[in-house]
Amino acid sequence: MADYPTKLADLPKEERSVSSGHRLCTGCAAGTIARLVGKAVPDKPFMWVNATCCLEVATTIYPFAAWHVPWIHNAFENAAATASGVRSGLDMLMKKGRIPQRDIEVIAIGGDGGTYDIGIQAISGAIERGHDFVYICYDNEAYMNTGIQRSGATMHAAWTTTSPAGEAVPGKQEFKKPLLRIVAAHGLEYCATASCSYPLDFVRKVKRAVDVKGPAFVHVIQPCLRGWRFDTSESFQVARLAVESRFFPLYEVYNGYKYVLNYPNPMMSKVPIEDYLKQQGRLRHLFKPERKQEILDIIQAHVDKEWEKLLELAEFSEKSALY
Amino acid sequence: MAKAKVLGMMGDFAVAEAAKLCNPDVIAAYPITPQTIIVERLAEFVADGELDCDYICVESEHSAMSACYGASAVGARVYTATASQGLALMIEIVYITASARFPVVMTIANRALSGPINIHCDHSDAMLARDSGWIQVFAEDCQEAYDSTIQAFRIAEDKRVSLPVMNCLDGFVLSHSIEPVTTLPIEDEETLDGFLPVRDPLYKLDVDAPIAQGLLALPEFYMEIKRGQQEAHLKSIDVIKEVIQDFGDRWGRYWPVVEPYQMDDAEVAVVTIGSSTGTGRAAVDELRAEGKKVGLVKLRCFRPFPVKDIQAGLKNAGAVGVCDRSVSFGSTGPVYADMAGAMVGRSGPIVKNFIIGLGGKDITIDTFRTMYDNLYADLAKGEVEEPVEWIGVRGE
Repeated sequence: MADYPTKLADLPKEERSVSSGHRLCTGCAAGTIARLVGKAVPDKPFMWVNATCCLEVATTIYPFAAWHVPWIHNAFENAAATASGVRSGLDMLMKKGRIPQRDIEVIAIGGDGGTYDIGIQAISGAIERGHDFVYICYDNEAYMNTGIQRSGATMHAAWTTTSPAGEAVPGKQEFKKPLLRIVAAHGLEYCATASCSYPLDFVRKVKRAVDVKGPAFVHVIQPCLRGWRFDTSESFQVARLAVESRFFPLYEVYNGYKYVLNYPNPMMSKVPIEDYLKQQGRLRHLFKPERKQEILDIIQAHVDKEWEKLLELAEFSEKSALY
Repeated sequence: MAKAKVLGMMGDFAVAEAAKLCNPDVIAAYPITPQTIIVERLAEFVADGELDCDYICVESEHSAMSACYGASAVGARVYTATASQGLALMIEIVYITASARFPVVMTIANRALSGPINIHCDHSDAMLARDSGWIQVFAEDCQEAYDSTIQAFRIAEDKRVSLPVMNCLDGFVLSHSIEPVTTLPIEDEETLDGFLPVRDPLYKLDVDAPIAQGLLALPEFYMEIKRGQQEAHLKSIDVIKEVIQDFGDRWGRYWPVVEPYQMDDAEVAVVTIGSSTGTGRAAVDELRAEGKKVGLVKLRCFRPFPVKDIQAGLKNAGAVGVCDRSVSFGSTGPVYADMAGAMVGRSGPIVKNFIIGLGGKDITIDTFRTMYDNLYADLAKGEVEEPVEWIGVRGE
């Protein structure tokens, strides 16, 4: 069993992935997520494959690169396919004795647009082929790099520039795509959801994913202060509410079928979704100029249904002799 | 002593044999007619243990080129093949790979682009990648396709070049035609007797010496980077010629970037690219026997465009017809456009464009006779009335 840090002070002080000097927004959690990934694998060299996204453009503006590790960007939709090539190249060069034999991890990362939408084919292909790599999706629920356009990850009713909150159509009409269940359906050994506001849980999951021989996937929620419209100091608070409200529960799926719930504790009383929504300017139209109770009820009902589904899967996983 | 063998091989088989000989570390490929036989054959080599290579069966051509990019970045020798729609799907990454200066060798079994969907030969797929920054070489026959494949790895991986190379062979006309192909008599398979050393990358992703690849370049640097890319591409012509020379000196087959045929006293000439060259030579022989002083110039290396060689190759011809197996809609054929550019500011021949053989339309000796007749007529008039003519269209 791997050794997991139990407090933040246990994490290595050394920065192993992104360095200071990057140009992410003040208060953006994407940088924190990237840093935590580096700290999750203190004892292992790794290479970083970055999809086109905020993290990419804000950390590698030529001639500067804010990275401590070998880093490569190709395009928007193909981080997983590029990672396949990196993995394959490294393995063959080691096999043929052209580079020293060592355990090198390949970590690919993309935003929700590059994962849920344009990149899902490449991700599905790479997982199906079984390459040994970790894919991390940092999900800020819209195309933030191009200026807040709706993606398959955007929550119901949210305002974006391509799902404006109008009189006739009050924000995005569709619901968030169930990404992790889609990934889990590939039957990979490990995939999990995480939140930047639960850093130790996130670090443990990245470490677990890195230890897997084969593909592993971590889906981490990253509230975007620009796109979601909240103060620069509130990223982690909003991310915490996403979990506590059961909107973005943290769970793991082993071998595609064994669901394990981590947070929030089902015994704790439910935090109403409204508490989460009220924090975000992108959902202001649900409260002002007048309260839109019908939409709030639809969102709450959807959250409740998804939560029940998850509890059932977790309960079933516990009881079934299969697992 | 290893001996050269003469084997009857389809073009696709010949290319697969040549690619195998070059020991790629990674192949990432996706099937598409008429290239499929290449990747099937390579899969067999890997399955039978004849080729020590990681063969990634990607889920699309886009991912094929993406994986090639990643594997080349860490220093592996990389190969793929595609055609037509496959090249169109991967084109985004085709550009990025050249810009990153990652050596990759890719074979295109030339096939018309949709629509309408068509599986037969023309050059519209390769011309889609004309501006991508890849070196582009067109083969006349299966032997040349075999030899070009081996040369391509050496050119791509030369540190003075460090660019991807696209080898084109005409779909079906070459890919599925059996011709005698003389294989290389190789003793040392690891380096092809020193012709193709193990890849030693200029830069690579290395955990002991981290670098970042694929950065964002804003207006302060984008143009400078593109200028550098152009310099590297233009200069690659010298290395290409050097490799052609070395290959020829070792194994006796020289494949010049531009090859004139019966041009010394030619009054009119056509410029060909790809498999129609052979038909063109036969037409020249027939017409010469009838007393007509016609010639032909084969353009083998299309990118970089060998301006000086082509100017020299045309000698004193009075009228030149440039054959294009594709068209830039609203303009001319792309080879003609480059040729016309090469003639600017020179008092040279009349130059016109023939669009031929789209979507597998047969190119026969009669096609060439029509073109030569047409050129003689223009030469007599002293001017070109119709700068772009389509040859062989029904009802015209």
